[in-house]
Amino acid sequence: MFRTKDVGAPPPFLELVGVSKRYGGVRALEGVDFACRRGSIHAVLGENGAGKSTLIKIIAGVVQPDEGSIRLAGQQVTFPDPLAANAQGIVCIFQELSLMPDLSVADNIGISNPPRGRLGLIDKRAQRRRAEELLARVGCEDVNPLERVANLPLSRRQMVEIAKALGRDPKLLILDEATSALTSGDVAKVYEILKSLRRDGLCLLYISHRMHEIEALADTCSVFRNGRHIDTFAAGTRTSDEIVQLMIGREMAHVYPDKPQRNQPPAPVLEVRDLRWTDRLNGISLTVGKGEIVGLGGLDGQGQRELLLALFGVLRGTEGEILVDGRPRAPGSPAQAKRKQTGMALIPEDRKTEGLMLPMSVAENISLAALGGLVSGPFIDREKETAAIERMVAKLRIKVGDLADPVATLSGGNQQKVVIAKWLLTEPRIVLLNDPTRGIDVGTKQELYQLLRDLADAGASILFYTTDYDELIGCCDRVLILYDGRVVRTLEGADITETNIVASSLNLPGAGAAATA
Amino acid sequence: MNELRIRLGQNLGLLLAVLLFLTFYLVYNSLHPRGFSATVLVQNANESFVIVAVAMAQTVPVLTGGLDLSVGAIMTLVNCVASVVVNGSPLQMLGGIVLCLAVGTLAGLVNGLVVVVGRLQPIIATLATGAIYIGLALFIRPSPGGNVDDDLSWALTNDLGELFATYGLFEDGEAPWLAPIAWLPVPLLVMVAVVLLVWLPFRNSVTGRGVYAIGSAEGAAYMSGVRIARCKIAAYTLGGFFAGLGGLYLALQTSSGNADVPQAAQYTLNSIAAVVIGGTSLMGGTGGVVGSIFGALVIRAIAFNFRIFEIEPIMQPLFEGLVLLAAVSIGAARVFRVKNRLELLG
Repeated sequence: MFRTKDVGAPPPFLELVGVSKRYGGVRALEGVDFACRRGSIHAVLGENGAGKSTLIKIIAGVVQPDEGSIRLAGQQVTFPDPLAANAQGIVCIFQELSLMPDLSVADNIGISNPPRGRLGLIDKRAQRRRAEELLARVGCEDVNPLERVANLPLSRRQMVEIAKALGRDPKLLILDEATSALTSGDVAKVYEILKSLRRDGLCLLYISHRMHEIEALADTCSVFRNGRHIDTFAAGTRTSDEIVQLMIGREMAHVYPDKPQRNQPPAPVLEVRDLRWTDRLNGISLTVGKGEIVGLGGLDGQGQRELLLALFGVLRGTEGEILVDGRPRAPGSPAQAKRKQTGMALIPEDRKTEGLMLPMSVAENISLAALGGLVSGPFIDREKETAAIERMVAKLRIKVGDLADPVATLSGGNQQKVVIAKWLLTEPRIVLLNDPTRGIDVGTKQELYQLLRDLADAGASILFYTTDYDELIGCCDRVLILYDGRVVRTLEGADITETNIVASSLNLPGAGAAATA
Repeated sequence: MNELRIRLGQNLGLLLAVLLFLTFYLVYNSLHPRGFSATVLVQNANESFVIVAVAMAQTVPVLTGGLDLSVGAIMTLVNCVASVVVNGSPLQMLGGIVLCLAVGTLAGLVNGLVVVVGRLQPIIATLATGAIYIGLALFIRPSPGGNVDDDLSWALTNDLGELFATYGLFEDGEAPWLAPIAWLPVPLLVMVAVVLLVWLPFRNSVTGRGVYAIGSAEGAAYMSGVRIARCKIAAYTLGGFFAGLGGLYLALQTSSGNADVPQAAQYTLNSIAAVVIGGTSLMGGTGGVVGSIFGALVIRAIAFNFRIFEIEPIMQPLFEGLVLLAAVSIGAARVFRVKNRLELLG
């Protein structure tokens, strides 16, 4: 008489079945089955690039899965765009804020569904009252709804973002690193709000790299790795160590050159003391010695990029000291940073916009940064230029048909080699690298590792930020772990292990002590 | 008080344009032999209407972060259409006016569709459509001329009293209750009515809000569920309507149509200058039509002063250029607040 199937736990509110997504040749998600229920806070865990962001984007309708289906409250649904997902009560608070800086706080909060008065026009008073209510609900009575969002500090903006999401009456609320910029007082308020939303029967998806937040909030945890859903378990049934192991769970894949054995630390070349910039760099001190490769680790967005940009003179208003060979040499621009007495080079993160002039030829790209040394009188010396370019092409084994071809015609790996060749021509003593192996093939990666080691052996000092933990372990003499704009751990020698890196990156209280012991 | 500070801070561009306009216009009136008179006001209002309308037309696409290089062409096209259809019986004239505004709106709609559906850059898309509109205008009116109803022309380009006198209303416009407002220029009233009945409702509609959101951060707007395509198409369409209004008025003012190609280009360039002087950012997201109205009036007021001071007209572009440069420099002051030098390059 009774169907036993319906007895027990209610069916999941959101269910993903066999969802896959590819970007070009890269598999971001593969055959993911995932479910979450009403009245629970569901944490999603994983390393950088584990597929968490893609998962959220699919649920929020930002990208569409290549395979698989989504069921919401038992009904099959498809979301061609964010609007369709919103209409079903799916609301996202993204890591990158989705606020319009030129609009007022009230306009932002009301953007998707403003209160309307006569003639269907926006009722500004009602909108303002609603904004005030929502701001009060998240404890931001001090924010004036008429203020332009651009004028608010980042922590307030994030609270406005949360108020905006609450104003859309979510059924499923996704928080992607939503607390990353908040003050601790605000975090406590957000916790209370989330718990009350859970009591109201909402389904909450919580993405965070902060283990203590997950311990404090989550009912259920799901771990992702390399685009696959690895495991889902009730919160509290696994230790932090076990969760970290689930997140890593892979083997070393690349071949790295041997590291030199040192009996004493090398002479310092680059010294940084108490470097500060806005709220992103909070007092960074570090030293890079002659011939040393120092890795920058940690989760995405903990100030690594800003540190490299600050060293290279891109950021305005930095505080602290930057010394090269013991002399203060804080560059005011990239042009100053590359001068002989400083001798810095930065291989930027995005080679297509900051590394290369895509329509210009391979040759012109390679010689651009070093043109000052390739002149006779006021003119570029063609012979010197060609000789230098050919030397670099041979040294880096850049595969190029004709040097006059636009650099855009090269493959990703060869493009990156061109960027590196450009800077090697300036004969830098300090090489800053911002995630240089992103999106290039394994063979070229190995050539780059060898090149970095050769440069270091020839006397260069290298500061190497990478999101790939393997590279930190395989390439670096020392690894600095950044968290919230500070160096929280320095790993050296045998201590550079994946477990230590991940544990330090999450800033677990016990991890540091264990690694030092 | 705090609220006032915030509102002022968000309308600095508009305030600057109003101040500039008042300065130039007061100087002009105090030196004019018949300064501060209704006659001068009516004349100036007539001379300003078209550039004001074209500046309004330019503002809406610019708010989305786009640009419309066809506003002068739409204005010219409608001017030529009006010289054919705005005459005959009252009903025919009414139909003609509606047709004129419809042509302008349709031209704007085409711009919007080309930009949104064709995914072309606004600057090149409207350069092309603008050439097409000018081509149509030349086809309709190969040489200057045409026929616009004289009574209507007279009534709409004078003061309120003359409007009623022309059609024998309110004791030929001499009714005692009318006296205090009879001196108001009709073009000024039309412009105020357009702002109140078209622009402000649009700005306070969901679509209008979307226009600002797109110019401010298109990605964030998309993620917030703003209907991007609809808002952009609406922006260009409304721009077409405003430009059409300008063309219709030019026909009434000159009683003819003229497919004047250099004039169309001049209007387009001036419209961009007016938008910038009026405090709308060319990046989009901030500003509005009211600011552009005053921006256009600043440009006109400079020209008025040239007549008074008897300066060579050839000096006029130079002086306009200086004012534009000064206005833009004030807008560029944000540069001093940017902390990451890379952000200045985008």
